[in-house]
Amino acid sequence: MSKSRIEARFAALKAEGRAAFVPYVMAGDPDAATAAAILKGLPAAGADLIEVGFPFSDPMAEGPPIQRAAQRALANGMTLKATLEAIRAFRDGDADTPVVLMGYTNPLVTWGLAAFARDAGAAGVDGLIIVDTPPEEAGPLADACDANDISLIRLATPTSDDARLKVVVSRTSGFVYYVSVAGVTGVKEADAVAVAPHVERVRKASGLPVAVGFGIKTPERAAAIARVADAVVVGSALVDEVAAAVELNEDVTARVLSKVEALAKAVRVARHGLAPV
Amino acid sequence: MNAPAVPNDYSAYPDARGRFGDYGGQYVPETLMPLVHDLDAAYAAAKADAGFQAELAGYLTHYVGRPSPLYFAARLTEHFGGAKVYLKREELNHTGSHKINNCMGQILLAMRMGKTRIIAETGAGQHGVATATVCARFGLPCVVYMGSVDVERQKPNVFRMNLLGAEVRPVTSGSATLKDAMNEALRDWVTNVHDTYYLIGSAAGMHPYPVMVRDFQAIIGREAREQILEAEGRLPDAVVACVGGGSNAIGLFHPFLNDDGVKIIGVEAAGSGLESGRHAAAINGGRPGVLHGNMTYLLQNQEGQIEEAHSISAGLDYPGIGPEHAWLHDVGRATYLSATDAEALDAFMLLSKLEGILPAIESAHALARLPEITREVGKDGIVVLNLSGRGDKDVNTVAAHLGRVI
Ligand SMILES: Cc1ncc(COP(=O)(O)O)c(C=O)c1O
Repeated sequence: MSKSRIEARFAALKAEGRAAFVPYVMAGDPDAATAAAILKGLPAAGADLIEVGFPFSDPMAEGPPIQRAAQRALANGMTLKATLEAIRAFRDGDADTPVVLMGYTNPLVTWGLAAFARDAGAAGVDGLIIVDTPPEEAGPLADACDANDISLIRLATPTSDDARLKVVVSRTSGFVYYVSVAGVTGVKEADAVAVAPHVERVRKASGLPVAVGFGIKTPERAAAIARVADAVVVGSALVDEVAAAVELNEDVTARVLSKVEALAKAVRVARHGLAPV
Repeated sequence: MNAPAVPNDYSAYPDARGRFGDYGGQYVPETLMPLVHDLDAAYAAAKADAGFQAELAGYLTHYVGRPSPLYFAARLTEHFGGAKVYLKREELNHTGSHKINNCMGQILLAMRMGKTRIIAETGAGQHGVATATVCARFGLPCVVYMGSVDVERQKPNVFRMNLLGAEVRPVTSGSATLKDAMNEALRDWVTNVHDTYYLIGSAAGMHPYPVMVRDFQAIIGREAREQILEAEGRLPDAVVACVGGGSNAIGLFHPFLNDDGVKIIGVEAAGSGLESGRHAAAINGGRPGVLHGNMTYLLQNQEGQIEEAHSISAGLDYPGIGPEHAWLHDVGRATYLSATDAEALDAFMLLSKLEGILPAIESAHALARLPEITREVGKDGIVVLNLSGRGDKDVNTVAAHLGRVI
């Protein structure tokens, strides 16, 4: 069921002739109730797929925005169990929007890989991105995902040459995540012209849709990427909205969802009246 | 889980995937995978190259000051009244600790790989100083990441690094200590993939660092083995070292692993006591998990979130341990004891008074277990302890704990 949720969504978007907009939100940020409200509001605000980060104390590939989001969530007692519960609650109201969990290996090792994949599948998780489990270490996790019909989504990067790409796309499904900059999340900006040939390379190597993320902050940039990629992921810019709303004592949910709307709209209209780049 | 198999030949590990049994591996973001594969290949080639080894040996002799003496500590031996105690005097190396052995090896490798910028993490500042030193010697720019808490408690070493031309970047994320410095160094590496060499300071992190750092530090054990055979005509009954990430310990231990009669004893930092929860003893108080690119014993909570380590010693203040130690523990080849802050302080003062040697507070953790070890080994026995560093850097810390102002 779950794998097909991702496939069905990309197939539908392909028919519409547009890229997917994929917001990344941190589970439990700034607190469980607010994060749940944000999650629930995402599809109506224009999310085609959703990435849900689960917090880890030592996120080595994240820049300051997502590091701080994880710290906010952990400080408010967020757990992996509560993350799955939040996704289950989301699924009760939305049977179609794919949800991909993203995070680091150690909390899954603690849970047990096989048990985690089973529980995540039961909660309605469609895909997993585990940043510090590269293909070389992914055997047991890939087995666990396969057994529960969860896509193990791989990262391709500017450092992936053709030989490496072959390794990266082995045993993967759903889509491939192209990390558009060498660096951590939320620091450098992605350049659509530079990214385009890589997206094409990854598409060819994998036969799967390619999502681009890591350096996309504005609607303009999101639109530019949407012209060359199958999906546009925005994370740091959204968790920064959480931080700003908390700081200014504003309505966190409203502030985040309005940013999502702006980004999603930019992605939706990106290819109108424009020849493909 | 079944008990892991005891190997016939310890030198055959790690396997090609960087595994010591279940431990080790390469759990790094995809951006870094090509880089760690390159490093693995470059190190394998350098290791097999007699020219590289000869160049390294030359610098170790003439710049670092090797071999370091193996010193019979007569008064310490007499004080404990048990086995003879020999100290492997790594504190006499240039820059005052064993860290330079590894830095010299890695900087030569970095240059061989054509890298033009060096980054490192440091806790006590000893590895940072050693890295800054070799970077000065070979004219390479150097950035050292150091937790802001450690910057505060190791000020003299920060200044030393500055004098050597290195930029010290204080890290405020997380607990602002060694593990966070390592996170930040990894973030730098992910960002500067083309020109930067990450010079890791312990036998920890992702493959090939644990095996490479072990190989560069194994000169300690090779020398000690020869020296004790020369002095006593036989192998020791036990070899002892403090364990943070585990580089000085594995450097001493490795050449003795296949000698069945030699007990291998590591000493972890127990901070305020193992039962207090405020310690840095990954094996004695943690469980296996994945951090900084490898599977090993870690301090972590029920959820798999990494916990802060606590130790008087900045150099042992790390929530993990190198994967080879995790494996040696599981297969039963090595024993891991622990020593508290207070015990280390007592040992610091004891060695200063009895032998005229100020030990690094890290090394003092190993010294602190000598009463039991020398008693157990007994009067006719021999114990070799790695004096991994000198204690000059720690006088402020020691004074503070004694309630003295200097
Ligand atoms: C003198 C000394 N000994 C030991 C250590 C601990 O490191 P390792 O366990 O890698 O030897 C340090 C680290 O800074 C040190 O400075």
